[in-house]
Amino acid sequence: MPDLLSVKNLKIEATSYPPGEPPRTVTLVEGVSFDVEKGKVLGLIGESGAGKSTIGLTALAYGRGGVRITGGEVKLNGEDILKLSPAGIRKVRGCKVCYVAQSAAAAFNPAHRLGEQVIEASLKHGIMSRADAEKRALYLFKVLGLPNPETFGQRYPHQVSGGQLQRAMTAMALCPNPELIVFDEPTTALDVTTQIDVLAAIKHAIEETHTAALYITHDLAVVAQITDDILVLRHGKMVEYGSVKQIIEAPTQDYTRALVNVRGTKRDEAPDQSDTLLKVDNITAGYSNGFKVLQNVSLHLPKGQTLAVVGESGSGKSTLARVITGLLPPQEGTISFDGKPLPRALKGRSNDELRRIQMIYQMADTAMNPRQTVRDIVGRPLTFYYGMRGQQKTERVKELLEQIEMGGRFADRYPAELSGGQKQRVAIARALAAQPELILCDEPTSALDPLVAEGILKLLLKLQDETHVSYMFITHDIAIVRAIADSVAVMHRGKLVRFGPKSKVLSPPFDDYTDLLLKSVPEMEIGWLEKVLTTRRMESAGN
Amino acid sequence: MTGGGPAHGPELTAKAAAGEVPQSAGAAGSVASTGTPVIEGTPSFWAKFSKSSPLVALILQRLALSVALLFAVSLMIFGGVEALPGDFATTYLGQSATPQAVENIRKDLGLDQPATTRYFKWLGGAIQGDFGNSWASKNSVSEQIGKRLGNSLFLAFFAAIISVPLAVGLGMLAVQYRNRLPDKIINVISLAAISLPEFFVGYLLILFFAVQLGIATFPATVYDSMTIGQRLSAIALPTATLVLVVLAHMMRMTRAAILNVMSSAYVETAELKGLSSLRIIAKHAAPNAVAPVINVIALNLAYLVVGVVVVEVVFVYPGMGQYMVDAVTVRDMPVVQACGLIFAAFYIFLNMFADILAIVANPRLRHPR
Repeated sequence: MPDLLSVKNLKIEATSYPPGEPPRTVTLVEGVSFDVEKGKVLGLIGESGAGKSTIGLTALAYGRGGVRITGGEVKLNGEDILKLSPAGIRKVRGCKVCYVAQSAAAAFNPAHRLGEQVIEASLKHGIMSRADAEKRALYLFKVLGLPNPETFGQRYPHQVSGGQLQRAMTAMALCPNPELIVFDEPTTALDVTTQIDVLAAIKHAIEETHTAALYITHDLAVVAQITDDILVLRHGKMVEYGSVKQIIEAPTQDYTRALVNVRGTKRDEAPDQSDTLLKVDNITAGYSNGFKVLQNVSLHLPKGQTLAVVGESGSGKSTLARVITGLLPPQEGTISFDGKPLPRALKGRSNDELRRIQMIYQMADTAMNPRQTVRDIVGRPLTFYYGMRGQQKTERVKELLEQIEMGGRFADRYPAELSGGQKQRVAIARALAAQPELILCDEPTSALDPLVAEGILKLLLKLQDETHVSYMFITHDIAIVRAIADSVAVMHRGKLVRFGPKSKVLSPPFDDYTDLLLKSVPEMEIGWLEKVLTTRRMESAGN
Repeated sequence: MTGGGPAHGPELTAKAAAGEVPQSAGAAGSVASTGTPVIEGTPSFWAKFSKSSPLVALILQRLALSVALLFAVSLMIFGGVEALPGDFATTYLGQSATPQAVENIRKDLGLDQPATTRYFKWLGGAIQGDFGNSWASKNSVSEQIGKRLGNSLFLAFFAAIISVPLAVGLGMLAVQYRNRLPDKIINVISLAAISLPEFFVGYLLILFFAVQLGIATFPATVYDSMTIGQRLSAIALPTATLVLVVLAHMMRMTRAAILNVMSSAYVETAELKGLSSLRIIAKHAAPNAVAPVINVIALNLAYLVVGVVVVEVVFVYPGMGQYMVDAVTVRDMPVVQACGLIFAAFYIFLNMFADILAIVANPRLRHPR
């Protein structure tokens, strides 16, 4: 059977403009070759910077920003689309090859109705009449399991949820009946419980329409559910290329093996014996519009231990952290720290009370001043809480940078000159500088690649052993909970659903929500998705 | 929250919506007569209302703000004119200004009354469209202004219907050919036009088209007896001057606003649908660039009515600007006050309409969840 898409020896370059240096050409992708047969799905996997999206977009002959495709060939049905005129390329895009972006929320035009956007490409390429396109959109909305498919197209992007938008984006890609769809991390921005629905919908739609696909993701467990073949990429080069079965069950390269085993870290919980450090008692909090984000939440955290707070977006977990820091004074309830009640608002707290609770954010990028060096960023709490200056401060910054396994040579760098993992490490050093007793970690690893994230988790555990600091670790990832927590709090819609030692919370009997949450986490196992969906169908049939 | 600010004004906004606003100058009165309406105790109603129909709530809020602003401006105009040095009576009488004669004139004009009484009398009249009589000519200010305002609006209208579509179109064209030759030419010409003072542009146009080529009419004075064709030919040069002056600003803003949107993910989506670049700009980028562009257009439209004094003087065009300048020189206060208030009303309400249009252009407000 002839290949639908055949990529040979691809080379992609871009011009980078480092500050204070002449511009130079960097090679993003080199020597990449792969084939996609009709109706088959190829997974492109790798960490950020591996060139996955860049390669995926070459199937549409598109280079994002200043990216240029400088070598190789991309043949679609035997025709090299890189050699086409701009008008010829336009006939490929949105007609033969369609694209599903990572963030559907940003990729839909806020000014137009969803239905119009879904059928636009079909109409503009003259593939079908308006009536047929609308009929097809309706069919796709049904296949993708969107609510009220008849009226769904009338709505604007801001009127539907993230999971629904992602499915609408898939409908938009499927509408012109393309031969190939490029899925660029279509479920990464979603909650696990939503991700499984979208995954199932995409898989179903691909099977139903016999469309071939390139599926880009950094999550091997996800790609194992949906693709036939996998291409593992690193630094723009091919690492391993084979069938799903071979990659998951018998990887030949070290890097692939590391990816397969990434969720291996596990830790046994410590017994809940030591003194209570943080006690949150019956907290209710909300914003000025009267909506209560947290309702009657009570939990506690012993000294030197880790409490994981799990839940999907909107469950109130970050708000809980804001309440504990005093950024959002609670409407009801009390918080006590080390046996003493904490003043409700940030303003009422003493410097020492502030010092003892520090915070690490999800986006290290936005949590650091881009115009300050690492020395200034880490040194600020040293001056603020301990009055350190000059030589003493320099020494201590160096010590802290050693502690986070980076070393003093990073002291004069700016955040922009650090990688994502390094930035998060600097953020950890800044929190450590205050010598806190509690660090609130708000999804510190969810924006990072799996291997980098694992390094951060290991670092956090090592620091806990050294300094006996307590963590309240906010996450939506059950694997992380297994890896680091002593006790677990499960939150859903502002309420505490389940709280206790890890072994108890994560073992049956479950409440409905915890059950759903645990079952939604993709496992590195071929056929896991079908199994879960079958169980679900049987359960609903049983009811 | 949006409910926080306007929470104290449901009564006021309800009145404003009831129909006093369309008569621009008259609207100031609705506030004056109700006093400053701070009505506490009903925020829950307003909060509920602004949640259920945020669009209407926001528009009502803008209307109320505009009316309040106009009221404040009327106070400032009156206060400013009061504080001006010089006196109509002494200027008018000149050499023969005996204390007795000055006193008589002041009494005739009602200047012996306290300022507050005169302010409310003036405001009360203004709401009904009566700005009193000119001190210099003794004629009704409203009548005289009516004709002048008509002339000014006539000029502004033609300048606007040429400059706004031209600016938006050129802005889109500049985006389409960004950083290429057409973009650069548009940029240089518009920059040159905005950098030259308007009187200079005016004289240049007169020099070329009226003096050397002799194809345009100068001066641009219009009379009641003129036909519409004669009028249009008379205002050709001042209109061209105004278009050149306001064009660049709107064009550059359109270009910047659309370029800003062009880097967004949904424009990439449109590109990956294989749409033509013109369709991407017009259908996908422009609707999201509307708010900043509308604001600049409103500012420039206001300028076309309010800021054309210099152009009117250069072209000897009998509009509002010239009328106001003449009145200032003879200290004809009722005329100055009336012109000031009408100018302020134009400014405020054009900006209000821009705000409201920008609100209406936002699908999040037009179609709440």
